[in-house]
Amino acid sequence: MKRFLRALGRLWTIPVALVAWEAVTRAADDNFFPPPTEIAARMHEMWFSGPAERLWLTDAALDNIPTSIGRIFAGWLLAAAVGISLGLVLGRSALLSRFVEPIIEFGRAIPPPALLPFFLALFAAGTQMQVATIAFGIVWPILLNSGDGARHVDRLHLETAQVFGMSRGQRLVRIILPAALPKIFAGLRLSLSLALILMVISELVGSTNGIGFQLLDAQRSFDLPGVWGTIVVLGVLGYAFNSAFLLVERRLLSWHRAAKQTI
Amino acid sequence: MRGRSLLDSRLLCGAAGVAGLFCVAELAGRTGLIDPVVFPLASTIAGRAAALAADGEFLADVASTLGAWAAGLLLTVLVAVPAGFALGTLPRVEAALRPILEFLRPIPSVALIPLALLLFSDRFEMKIAVIVYAASWPVLINTMYGLKDVDPVAKETLRSFGFGPLAVLWRVSLPSTAPFIATGVRLAAAVALILAVSAELLAGGASGIGTFIIEAGSSPDALEYIVAATIWAGAIGVLSNLLFTLVERRLFHWHLARTEGAR
Repeated sequence: MKRFLRALGRLWTIPVALVAWEAVTRAADDNFFPPPTEIAARMHEMWFSGPAERLWLTDAALDNIPTSIGRIFAGWLLAAAVGISLGLVLGRSALLSRFVEPIIEFGRAIPPPALLPFFLALFAAGTQMQVATIAFGIVWPILLNSGDGARHVDRLHLETAQVFGMSRGQRLVRIILPAALPKIFAGLRLSLSLALILMVISELVGSTNGIGFQLLDAQRSFDLPGVWGTIVVLGVLGYAFNSAFLLVERRLLSWHRAAKQTI
Repeated sequence: MRGRSLLDSRLLCGAAGVAGLFCVAELAGRTGLIDPVVFPLASTIAGRAAALAADGEFLADVASTLGAWAAGLLLTVLVAVPAGFALGTLPRVEAALRPILEFLRPIPSVALIPLALLLFSDRFEMKIAVIVYAASWPVLINTMYGLKDVDPVAKETLRSFGFGPLAVLWRVSLPSTAPFIATGVRLAAAVALILAVSAELLAGGASGIGTFIIEAGSSPDALEYIVAATIWAGAIGVLSNLLFTLVERRLFHWHLARTEGAR
């Protein structure tokens, strides 16, 4: 209870900011800056005014939000599969990583939105192109972090594994992968927020559904409360993703922190 | 022995890696594994990229993107560094604003482009606005983080010699935070380039690399132009990253020496 009150005490600026926002926008009466109550009303109308048996979600909400989230996770999983496996290989082979280092540096430096027209020409508009853009844009932090994690495995652990006669595969799964896991998770978290950004831009450029498309639609019809409302939803999604990921990470890596503490 | 030393050279290995990728891509096209009509040959793209380097129109686009990038980055530093200092040195203000910042941060920056398109009639101003918003985060956070790292003994020493709070800020906090700010600016430079290209992709009409890529999409050998321009975008990213790392090392070698020594 005390902790709850203290948390509430820390959050006092939020209602203050909301009231100030409401007061200033009402006083200014500028079409481009609608008051938050108007944004909230528009958000309700856009997404939560559906029938009760569908949890009040509208067609637009059911069409667009799951589509966008699906694209984020498809791209994220693809990038994770490629990034982790390639990262582990490069982390364990100094020679190979010397050969591909400039290619990785270059790929990482390309601003991912610049690749949109490329994937658009290759796949045409649709989920395939969005997933490709997301995966290509976010694979780099996963790849580099996995490589870094796999490079710095405790020598004692590796030598112990050798003494016990572990095969290469066993060593990879039981020694190298767990040692690299904290780093891999750091990369995965970074790439999740990047995936959200790339989802939005890819849906803004070439799409006929998704949250990004809805944003573009609202912008084209000068629906300012709609634009603001969509931005709020995207912010909430970003916040939710990050919090959920931290929760999972804490669960999965608790052994790691415990091991660090005993040393 | 000689072969060994050749394999130890990062430059040679890297060059070999790039050349190898080029040859594989070229061979895949020549043997028909990848249809050259679907995806142009590596040599065609290299030729096109070289031709673009002498193309006045493309160079004007590059200059336009770099101009927005530089102006946005400069403004970012002017806004985010003082803000970081204010939040880092005034704990009460930081505690009050933290929840609001925590809500603003997860908003995907590109989602603001449609809103900025409505708010700013001038395309250049629009670009600068979204660049400053997105690039401020790494600078702000690194500045605040750096201020936490300032040696308290140094501050106390100056204070006991009768220096005022501003003198302490100028003589101790600023120099010892500078390396962190530099890291933030390096990260912000990459973000700024991404936002500049994204804004150009969405805004259209105005000049810039993003606009060039979008417009190339309608020409018959679109993919050739798109990939060549994307290669230059990546090259700019690599160069800016290299430049910032170099400046950082040159200016703050004392900081690197200190942190390396502490390890």
